[in-house]
Amino acid sequence: MTTVAGNGHRTAFVDNDQKPCGHGRMLRKEDPRFVRGKGRYVDDLQLPGMLHLAVLRSPLAHARIVSVDTTLAEAHPKVRLVVTGAMLAEKGLAWMPTLSNDVQAVLATDKVRFQGQEVAFVVAEDRYAARDALELIDVEYEALDPVIDVRTALSPDAPVIRDDLEGKADNHCFDWETGDAAETDAAFARADVVVSEDIVYPRVHPAPMETCGAVADYDAVDGKLTLWSTTQAPHAHRTLYAIVAGLPEHKIRVVSPDIGGGFGNKVPIYPGYVCAIVGSLLTGKPVKWMEDRAENLISTGFARDYVMRGEIAATRDGKILAVRTNVLADHGAFNGTAAPVKYPAGFFGVFTGSYDLQAAYCKMTAVYTNKAPGGVAYACSFRITEAVYLVERIVDCLAYQLGTDPVELRMKNFIRPEQFPYRTKTGWVYDSGDYAPTMELAKRLAGYDALRAEQAEKRARGEIMGIGVSFFTEAVGAGPRKDMDILGLGMADGCELRVHPTGKAVVRLSVQTQGQGHETTFAQIVAEELGIPPQDIEVVHGDTDQTPFGLGTYGSRSTPVSGAAAALVARKVRDKARLIASSMLEVSVADLEWEKGSFHVAGDPKASVTIQDIAMRAHGAGDLPEGVEGGLEAQICYNPENLTYPHGAYICVVDIDPGTAKVTVRRFVAVDDCGTRINPMIIEGQVHGGLTDGVGMALMEMIAFDEDGNCLSGSLMDYLIPTALEVPDWETGFTVTPSPHHPIGAKGVGESATVGSPPAIVNAVVDALKPFGIRHADMPLTPSRVWEAMQGRPAPPI
Amino acid sequence: MSVNGEEITRDIEGRLLLVHFLRDHLRLTGTHWGCDTSNCGTCVVWLDGEPVKSCTVLAAMADGHEVRTVEGLEQNGELDPVQRGFMECHGLQCGFCTPGMMMTARALLDREPDPSEEEIREAISGQICRCTGYSSIVRSIRWAAAEEAGTRTTATDPALGTGATEPAAAATSGSAS
Repeated sequence: MTTVAGNGHRTAFVDNDQKPCGHGRMLRKEDPRFVRGKGRYVDDLQLPGMLHLAVLRSPLAHARIVSVDTTLAEAHPKVRLVVTGAMLAEKGLAWMPTLSNDVQAVLATDKVRFQGQEVAFVVAEDRYAARDALELIDVEYEALDPVIDVRTALSPDAPVIRDDLEGKADNHCFDWETGDAAETDAAFARADVVVSEDIVYPRVHPAPMETCGAVADYDAVDGKLTLWSTTQAPHAHRTLYAIVAGLPEHKIRVVSPDIGGGFGNKVPIYPGYVCAIVGSLLTGKPVKWMEDRAENLISTGFARDYVMRGEIAATRDGKILAVRTNVLADHGAFNGTAAPVKYPAGFFGVFTGSYDLQAAYCKMTAVYTNKAPGGVAYACSFRITEAVYLVERIVDCLAYQLGTDPVELRMKNFIRPEQFPYRTKTGWVYDSGDYAPTMELAKRLAGYDALRAEQAEKRARGEIMGIGVSFFTEAVGAGPRKDMDILGLGMADGCELRVHPTGKAVVRLSVQTQGQGHETTFAQIVAEELGIPPQDIEVVHGDTDQTPFGLGTYGSRSTPVSGAAAALVARKVRDKARLIASSMLEVSVADLEWEKGSFHVAGDPKASVTIQDIAMRAHGAGDLPEGVEGGLEAQICYNPENLTYPHGAYICVVDIDPGTAKVTVRRFVAVDDCGTRINPMIIEGQVHGGLTDGVGMALMEMIAFDEDGNCLSGSLMDYLIPTALEVPDWETGFTVTPSPHHPIGAKGVGESATVGSPPAIVNAVVDALKPFGIRHADMPLTPSRVWEAMQGRPAPPI
Repeated sequence: MSVNGEEITRDIEGRLLLVHFLRDHLRLTGTHWGCDTSNCGTCVVWLDGEPVKSCTVLAAMADGHEVRTVEGLEQNGELDPVQRGFMECHGLQCGFCTPGMMMTARALLDREPDPSEEEIREAISGQICRCTGYSSIVRSIRWAAAEEAGTRTTATDPALGTGATEPAAAATSGSAS
């Protein structure tokens, strides 16, 4: 039986609803090295003669640099090189482009604009000496008033942060809008009920366990630069280095070896990478830079930092008419947002959520502040985390106002299956979806009705229990290239597949794993298409000299884009194999039937050749059909037709200690629909990790600043990340609605849970606090902030 | 000191941290380093049989003591059940916290061969994993416990809810039209 997607598109997969694709749950091919401690991370690399680089950072958030004296540092016996911003400026390297067409200082020349900004660097014989020498650099600063509060950044009397930009007289970064303002106003005017709420998504940080770093090795003889770096996008980085440093692109090799978690933190190019390159160019030696945890938290790409006003309009009986929002976005000192250039607010436009609306409108103003630059993923699918949080919070506010059950309200307003492909009021075309069964399954797994009964009993006893619901639709797998690019590089991905004479294969990807299991999943995709066992397929990735060009792994794009590329390149190989099989079996191509791993003559299954037989023939001495070249390999560049739109329904149960206001997540049920499933074990792992991120953001994590711009969250003692004690044993389920345009029907899943879980948790806490008259409280819902909410003072965190 | 059973003698700076000694001097790079404040636990090794955070131990303090790292878990070409459990139950993704987690797990099982979920969560609570959400780590450690007790019955038991096949109760199709 063929699975039918919600929009009526048929997919090629039989019984896909029950059976995952490509050998299903198989153990990961990468694990044997990791469990032996034989992973190969950047900091594990030791090259002969390698030197160590350390960066001097600004202690102030906003200050003019009066002088930098490096005399004592240069005199340190183990120091080989000290470089300041002024020295870089002489080489034209003091500034570099960001991923959002802004510029960022590699080393500050005129002013420092956030605490932790790079001011100088030292290259020394060992990592301790390099740190020692930083203490010997004397920088004189003239302190300036910092701009910290995003709400006053555009005041006429606010100090101008970006006076490096010609004619810049304020801290305005950009304006952006989407949807139809007039249509939305009209819908609001028609509404029986309008609910508004101020909703803050605080600044948080991806904080992967491995910090960022690089080893640069410039070979002066052949003019080749090799950069091992913690990057999620090695090819894009190579091109940018070529543009920034003026090195010819074929003489740059970027290697992204094993990466200790990315979560978006390793998408941007950081000054440290450029410093390492400069260090190697100037010393002629390999140079290693590894930041410490404080540097990671205070200077690399943060996420979120949106101050939102959400408004929702509905009829009395709970039909949602429109959503309207006004957003103030804090982009820090430089706009380093990692998003396709035509999307300065990322994919925030999907704030219409999973609902069939009559109108929607968003107006956004982005500003500069004296905080670290960034605005990266953190597993957010380009700002979808903020969008989903907004809509799922405001829908819950509406349920509160109407006295309706939040599940019922959502079910009533879902986009219906027959409406797909569905064009939202902000112009996004959802490829497929069937939301009600997903929501129903979550309800069933959670035992929703019993939970509500339990809650009523507990409330009667004065206990504080909450049940939170969220439903999300994500947009993942950027491009197509005509709509989406990073600094002019179209978002498409290449893939090469070679089948060796003995039938073993190597597949080369343009995306790169940071733990997602590409070496397994991509082998499974090719295995499904060619019938070669996944154990016989080597997956090569993360090395620009070894792999075709592509944009990299972030925004859950690996399976939607590169996964499609892998399936299609395998089909291309299969097409060639079919020609060879026809000559081997001496029948016409039309008379051949494919059964995973072999071709046979229609009606005569015994007359067959395996893909391994064909591979040997393709490389052998025998005749090949007219016009067929030897070898069995292919390459493609896959340009996605559309994004894929996974969805999910999450239900969270919390208990709150009435004495301490501590929130405990007792249960969490996550039902995800990511289309065709490849390795259920890996999918489940992706979901679990994202749910844990959600607990962190909802209850614990926030990058905070004091009024002077000091970052108060510069260590893991201050920036709290969930441990095993803060999270429950996750309960997961799934539905399958294949993507109609993806060759195997798969959608991305890496960020679904990070997107979907924060609103479920916050909705649960707010639901628990209903007896206290609370309709909204902002993250992070720490005990002190929940306590304040219980006293009727749910203050915003910033 | 002895490292994974091998006697090691080196002249070192007094301030050198054990984690850097292991990684940079002995090239035992399985032990990682992820924070400055003893919070993350990617650097956990054994010192005289007890898990310690090697970023908080001076290498000189290990003089005369026994250090065991992740590289010492595999014995005679046989993976430790904890290592196998992490592979079987998807107890790792990026692999960065994994060595520290496994060293703590091994110590826990040596002390308590049949730990409850709560005991496992308590044992690894000084360590951070950003990828797995911990459930699969708990399952991995229970897998190892069951393996050692000889009570494991199927490939992924006792990995509750994620058997070798998809959980049938959760499987529904997207078909509606």
